[in-house]
Amino acid sequence: MGGVHPKEYKFSAGKETKISLLPKQAIIPLGHYLGAPSNAVVAKGDLVKVGQLLGQASGFVSANVHSSVSGKVAKIDDAIDASGYKRPAVFIDVEGDEWMESIDRSSTIIRECTLTPEEIIKKISDAGIVGLGGATFPTHVKLSPPPGKKAEVLIINAVECEPYLTCDHQLMLEKGEEILVGVSILMKAINVNRAIIGIENNKKDAVAHLERLAKTFSGIEVMALKVQYPQGGEKQLIDATIGRQVPSGAIPIEVGAVVQNVATTFAVYEAVQKNKPLFERIITITGKSMAQQGNFWVRIGTALTTVVEQAGGMPEDTGKIVAGGPMMGRSLSSLDVSVAKGTAGVLFIPTLESARKKMKNCLRCAKCVSACPMGLEPYLLMGQSENAMWTEMERNRIMDCIECGCCAFTCPSNRPLLDHVRYGKTTVGGIIRSRR
Amino acid sequence: MDKLIISPAPHVHSGDSVSKNMRGVLIALIPAYLVGLYFFGLGALIVSLVSVLSCVLFEYLIQRYILKGEKTINDGSAVLTGLLLAFNLPSNIPVWMVIIGAMVAIGIAKMSFGGLGNNPLNPALVGRVFLLISFPVAMTSWPSPIPLNPNYLDAVTSATPLALMKFGHLPNIMDLFIGNTGGSLGEVSAIALLIGFVYLLLKRIITWHVPISILLTVFVFTGILHFASPETYFATPIYHLLSGGLLLGAIFMATDYATSPMTTRGMLVYGVGIGIITVVIRIFGSYPEGVSFAILIMNAFTPLINTYIKPKRFGEARK
Repeated sequence: MGGVHPKEYKFSAGKETKISLLPKQAIIPLGHYLGAPSNAVVAKGDLVKVGQLLGQASGFVSANVHSSVSGKVAKIDDAIDASGYKRPAVFIDVEGDEWMESIDRSSTIIRECTLTPEEIIKKISDAGIVGLGGATFPTHVKLSPPPGKKAEVLIINAVECEPYLTCDHQLMLEKGEEILVGVSILMKAINVNRAIIGIENNKKDAVAHLERLAKTFSGIEVMALKVQYPQGGEKQLIDATIGRQVPSGAIPIEVGAVVQNVATTFAVYEAVQKNKPLFERIITITGKSMAQQGNFWVRIGTALTTVVEQAGGMPEDTGKIVAGGPMMGRSLSSLDVSVAKGTAGVLFIPTLESARKKMKNCLRCAKCVSACPMGLEPYLLMGQSENAMWTEMERNRIMDCIECGCCAFTCPSNRPLLDHVRYGKTTVGGIIRSRR
Repeated sequence: MDKLIISPAPHVHSGDSVSKNMRGVLIALIPAYLVGLYFFGLGALIVSLVSVLSCVLFEYLIQRYILKGEKTINDGSAVLTGLLLAFNLPSNIPVWMVIIGAMVAIGIAKMSFGGLGNNPLNPALVGRVFLLISFPVAMTSWPSPIPLNPNYLDAVTSATPLALMKFGHLPNIMDLFIGNTGGSLGEVSAIALLIGFVYLLLKRIITWHVPISILLTVFVFTGILHFASPETYFATPIYHLLSGGLLLGAIFMATDYATSPMTTRGMLVYGVGIGIITVVIRIFGSYPEGVSFAILIMNAFTPLINTYIKPKRFGEARK
């Protein structure tokens, strides 16, 4: 149901990943998610190696942070990263590139994994792995279902339905086998014998590649999905792959599913088989006026300026910088921010397309209602949000909104539907929490 | 570089716009308009031009001098209302009546509620029904179809298929299909209206729900009556579909954005309602035609439908 078809503009599709240069100073955020930030375990003046623990998770919904570079800790201070949030971060002056000896840097693929589920989850937790699709929710939490709930199927989110972004696509082409090993490790961790990798059908090469490799693994199925935004929304993906709809307010385990992003799956492989904590990822640097759109392996904490320079620099006609995809990404005020674990790409939008067009009267054309993948009425929610009708908004299921932006994308009158819906959702969410 | 724009997502837009939609409907009306011009000649040209120009003029004046708002005539909606009003008028109606109809449509039915999107009733239909009630003779004597008719006010008139049906005659079905029959200037040609329908669907300007539910309801309802008592209800369902303003109403009037429901389920309820009221008026009422009234009545139910019929929520459908 619902959904829209934005133009794809996948300029960097099929472009081999380049390894980004190291920054002079890495600014590594200690938190990446809405959970508690990790506690720093290093101090100013300490010498650290690549892969060394910088921050210890502070609670269950929290994740470890590791150094992505080697060098000397300059300071620990607040900094804004590419997620747009200001958080405590470790500033490291880079010296050389010395890795922890525990990390296996060979390119040999290790398929065998003899660890128990508990040991696997422990390793994932130690390695500081979070969901790389953007939400950066700690992976070990998602792998530990609440008591009484049993996972039946693992679903790998390799949809990449955001226009422009190609980092997951390229990862599948280059690290297909590692990903499949990661999938089988995750299957073992949650004790299921069935996994589905969902890929949007505009990445036929990745589908074919993984299908061929999946034959050598047991229980892994590759599923080509209809090209439609937001096919990669967690609830939409579960519906598309196993035909079950997660009820309002529930999490995927309610219908027996555990969903993990494909890049997260690769990070799981590296953590479990190679002892490598999560400190680098692929990001897509792209935009219509970009000279050399591309995919880069980037250490977390590298300033975006450093990466963008290697892609030919920021285009002159840039009017808006977006961290992430154009449908759900955040606009940035500067490139002087560092790559966070959830940064999937940087998109440069030309000035001419940056500003929103003038808002007009609601035509009541119902296009937002047809576009909403959650079956909500954005036009109604916007009006209620403007008029502070919180009770009515709650009754109209405002909390189901996944903030995909289909409503605002499709509106012929250029109405800022999602802005108002988001405001209402935040307010209603606060009211609901205060009742508890 | 010195001016970066910061705004929340989404950062791209489909490119759809109000004027694109209005232009699309106008394009979809072209085939029916050409047929109208062919069969009703000079009269059709005069009535349509007067209707469009006066609708645009009234909107401009009201927006400029009464509401003191921004100019809205460029979005194409006033042109569309004007053309749709003309489509619902006989081509031999005097100019001054057309101007009154345009004033009621734009001034009362549209602008007094706040303009485009805020009107509860279809403006063109309010204009038409106002004229029908005020000037019943002028509004119900339709000129006979004569290719490129050079006569305007003095055109030869004839009864419409629906009037004929009330008195027991059935017109030729092929004439109904191409439009060689008496009637309002834009309603006569089934084939031209259907071409417009296909265009609207292809351009995703409307969905099938409203027109198809209306047509199907009329087909089934008149079919049952015809089957139960062929002597009393001798017109077959096909005649009902092709005659009068049913196709024009179902495809172009009932699908008006502002006055039709927001959910597909609501659209079906609305369509079935229009279909039933149309048949009741046509067969049991004193007017030969009831589409306009049916649509206006269901327009009035639209807010109620929107309140009680909600979209299928995600997670509710299956588990």
